[in-house]
Amino acid sequence: MSIAARFEVRFTAFLDAQGQPLGPLPAFAADPATLVPDYRAMVLMRALDAKAVAMQRTGQIGTYASTLGKEAIDAGIAHALAPEDVVLPSYRESGILMLRGVSPHRVFLYWGGDERGSVFPESPRDFPFNVPIASQLPHAAGVAYAMTLRGERRAALAICGDGATSKGDFYEALNAAGVWRLPMVVLVVNNQYAISVPRRLQSAAQTLAQKAIAAGVDCEQVDGNDVIAVRDAATRSLERARSGGGPMLIEALTYRLCDHTTADDATRYRSAEELAGQWRAEPILRLRNFLASRGIWTKEKEENLHREVAERVRETVRKYLETTPPQPEQMFRHLYARLPRAYAWQLAALKESEEERDAAPHPG
Amino acid sequence: MPRLTLVEGINLALARAMEEDASVVVLGEDVGRNGGVFRATAGLQARFGEGRVADTPLAEGLIAGMAVGMAAEGLKPVAEIQFAGFAYAAIDQLLNHASRLRHRTQGRLSCPMVLRTPCGAGIHAPEHHSESPEAMFAHIPGLRVVTPSSPARAYGLLLAAIADPDPVVFLEPSRLYRRFKEEVEDDGEALPLDRAFVVREGTDLTVVAWGAMVHDALEAADALAGEGVFAEVIDLATVKPIDFDTVLASVKKTGRCLVVSEAPRTCGLASEVSAVVSEQGLLSLLAPVERVTGWDCVTPLARLEARYLPDAARVAAAARRLLAYQ
Repeated sequence: MSIAARFEVRFTAFLDAQGQPLGPLPAFAADPATLVPDYRAMVLMRALDAKAVAMQRTGQIGTYASTLGKEAIDAGIAHALAPEDVVLPSYRESGILMLRGVSPHRVFLYWGGDERGSVFPESPRDFPFNVPIASQLPHAAGVAYAMTLRGERRAALAICGDGATSKGDFYEALNAAGVWRLPMVVLVVNNQYAISVPRRLQSAAQTLAQKAIAAGVDCEQVDGNDVIAVRDAATRSLERARSGGGPMLIEALTYRLCDHTTADDATRYRSAEELAGQWRAEPILRLRNFLASRGIWTKEKEENLHREVAERVRETVRKYLETTPPQPEQMFRHLYARLPRAYAWQLAALKESEEERDAAPHPG
Repeated sequence: MPRLTLVEGINLALARAMEEDASVVVLGEDVGRNGGVFRATAGLQARFGEGRVADTPLAEGLIAGMAVGMAAEGLKPVAEIQFAGFAYAAIDQLLNHASRLRHRTQGRLSCPMVLRTPCGAGIHAPEHHSESPEAMFAHIPGLRVVTPSSPARAYGLLLAAIADPDPVVFLEPSRLYRRFKEEVEDDGEALPLDRAFVVREGTDLTVVAWGAMVHDALEAADALAGEGVFAEVIDLATVKPIDFDTVLASVKKTGRCLVVSEAPRTCGLASEVSAVVSEQGLLSLLAPVERVTGWDCVTPLARLEARYLPDAARVAAAARRLLAYQ
């Protein structure tokens, strides 16, 4: 007997839960000031998220998927992306899109039930939120294939959750990326739950990262609550992908501090003790402790930041609420490049029924 | 002008499109070196390279999903699914993504892709190789579904499908692949989509068909002509959206409508044609609209497929019933 193959999965963390370095930091963190924009982004992300949840509770937006707890992943990844890269998000990636320049009021519009929320003039090649699970990964393979065929120095970044790694699309896309050495990075946000189903019931694999190995794709695992670790892995992976080094899978370990969506109640399937323990490892406090320990973050800066963020949240809500409601014709707009003649009468009938509705006497 | 089979017409259109537009790429199982199991892509990889004619891993969902990504990123992918019976794994991508990407981004991204697949019974193929799933695709808003009935139409419609800015499912009747030859001029001229073709003019009844059944309809029309009954035969060609202007104009002239479809009867496209003709052509009708379809059963294995498929005799018999109706 001989060994046909061996593998190992590297895990990287740079900061402990209290924000103290576990060892030498990567070069970019030598000047901790470079992490301040990440910190600011994470605080903004959490504030916008809290506002979105509050607005759902008061009926101002629809069901919303909170991002609470994954702020370090969004900030770290966004820092590593180049404008010409393409992001293919799941539905929990409001933060990354915002950091790509997409106005956050679009996120509110999307969850508020308006297709115009997926119009990203600021980042026009990025894909919209992907609600079906893992089906954006084959898209990423196609995007990366197009980049390779045209000889471009760009990469596709697909983001999915732990549950997505159980799906065929996940493996099919990784497998294709491996075969063609595509410039594709898959980021698995392992937040330990697929709605109520915990990580241990999702897969018997020791790590989710290692699923890439079966596809001949390199992988690593990072502490997803450590922005330095995420940024380090994402920067290396994306740069390698752009320069022809092939695909990569990053599993970022984190914890969903929120319900799955505003329609979920996580107390049905996990304990208060578990949640409280995870709050002690959350990403924002960790980074703040680190920055404070290096003397570059103060109480005054924190207070100023909170004032700025509050203003940004107000502005976002204002832009969202000021957006004119979608008109019924929007259902047919952009359905096809040109609405086929066979369906034009339906649009006309819709308009007619709307006019009748408007003309009808108001009930009561 | 060369005389080509339908599958050669497909091959010629693919080569032409790839020659004229560097963004056109072909992908699928066995489409490269092998040239496709039906040889629809024969010679393309040698001519245009492995990058533009890609043998994919064996995964239909991946093929359709990659095509979505390629199309959104500016390529014009023409994906092949080896048989329609395996296209169901790709429906998720067509339904949830390809068909709605333009709308859900309000025109920011779009999906100009073609998904080709052989369809239909009659070639004595194994299980899952003989399905007629056009209605399943036709139910998806945002898609187009096109099916050719002849080599020249295959050439012109496939060029049109590739040029179209929206996703097109292109269903190729496998039993027509090599059934007959026709003159096909390689002029790069696309045929119009969303338009039905009157393939035989007549006065007494309208027979609506598409794909391989167009030939059974024509054969029936020949038989009926011998009895002094002149059937007008319409090839829908684009089965989503359906060109009802052409169908209703014909029914207005003939007063009778017979719809012929190979697919199972319930909720098939023949039902849709029948419904619209009944709704909008009622005052022209001298008899109820009739459907001749496949049975509501699993497409049988080879020994019974001839019993499953509607044929010219069933079409002619239905036509005679319509003519006798009073």
